[in-house]
Amino acid sequence: MKLRRWFVLPPLLVIWVIAYRVLKPAAEWLTYQLIGLDPATRLGQAVAFFVYDTPKVLMLLVLVVFGVGLIRTFFTPERTRRTLAGKRETVGNVMAALLGVVTPFCSCSAVPLFLGFVEAGVPLGVTFSFLISAPMVNEVALVLLFGLFGWKVAGLYLATGLFIAIGAGWVLGRMRLEKHLEPWVLETRMGGVAAEDEHLGWNDRLDHAQQAVREIVGKVWLYVIAGIAVGAGIHGYVPEGLMAGIMGKQAWWSVPAAVLVGVPMYSNAAGIIPVVQALLEKGAALGTVLAFMMAVIGLSLPEMVILRRVLKMPLILAFVGVVAFGILVVGYLFNLVF
Amino acid sequence: MKIQVLGTGCAKCSELSTRTEAALKQLNLEVTVEKVSDIREIMAFGVMSTPALVVDGKVCFAGRVPNVDELAKIIAS
Repeated sequence: MKLRRWFVLPPLLVIWVIAYRVLKPAAEWLTYQLIGLDPATRLGQAVAFFVYDTPKVLMLLVLVVFGVGLIRTFFTPERTRRTLAGKRETVGNVMAALLGVVTPFCSCSAVPLFLGFVEAGVPLGVTFSFLISAPMVNEVALVLLFGLFGWKVAGLYLATGLFIAIGAGWVLGRMRLEKHLEPWVLETRMGGVAAEDEHLGWNDRLDHAQQAVREIVGKVWLYVIAGIAVGAGIHGYVPEGLMAGIMGKQAWWSVPAAVLVGVPMYSNAAGIIPVVQALLEKGAALGTVLAFMMAVIGLSLPEMVILRRVLKMPLILAFVGVVAFGILVVGYLFNLVF
Repeated sequence: MKIQVLGTGCAKCSELSTRTEAALKQLNLEVTVEKVSDIREIMAFGVMSTPALVVDGKVCFAGRVPNVDELAKIIAS
């Protein structure tokens, strides 16, 4: 029964690759031949965009979430904590940011994770590097960026996300903010019973990856479709260059404005990126859009509320401030370079 | 037998208690599932990622929500 999987997975992969290749002609055929829309009309443009992008993004999502799910079975928060425990700042910041990408993390576990790290003697700044990179650089964001913009933008997002996590964590560490922890935090003792590492065989790992697909794709598919629908609308109906005036390079205030608007907004990557794609197409500058996206995904109000239980207000504000400043720098940098 | 579900009250945690109860029914076991939501108590188990399942004081897994069949297997062993 378990063996069957080894015969099913490779053919599935082949089918995936073939389907992905014929997606574009199939979508065009469906829109222009079968439904009979005119490629020159706005409606035709919008529908073609939607019909092509939706299956493409969902297919990429399934593949990557499966792959990342598999990789994540090799990392647990407990193991990450052990790895980071003996590290000094700087080296620790870099490692924490990298581990933040691959360690399974859910923002509802942010508090126990924070406590666990601090208790193990992981420096505060290093802990923050992890807490910044874990939500910001996630597989869903990377898939969507890759699918909709190509590998360059996805790579840039990964690199700058890590850069902000490392830099902001380091700066926060320098600021000596330990006194702004809630007093009981440092008294918390972690039990030694710690979840023993489960021994996983390859079948278990594949099981976990499959579960991750069901869980994550099951949660975000609606957002993806809604986001693509909004994107399709902008793609077809918003006139070329309209965004250039508001979110273009010439408007210097657009980067801080994008961050200010983005921070209180809470959406997952799946909902925001298709919208962002359409904005970019209509003349918004890459740096501005990147800043907006990072502010929405990386800094969220609900996570701050959760963290308020362990951090006093000044520390929360320092955290948001330093990260927002990092995002600002990245935004300006990109508008300058591209 | 003592079964505890550790979780700070997120959606995943309540999902785990629901599935644990279903697994217990499947095994015909009359055990109440105790929910532990105090963060310090959770930490005392050495758990950093919620939700987690504790059977007779032993942490079985943390940070995921297995399906009912797998839960039944874990509780039975």
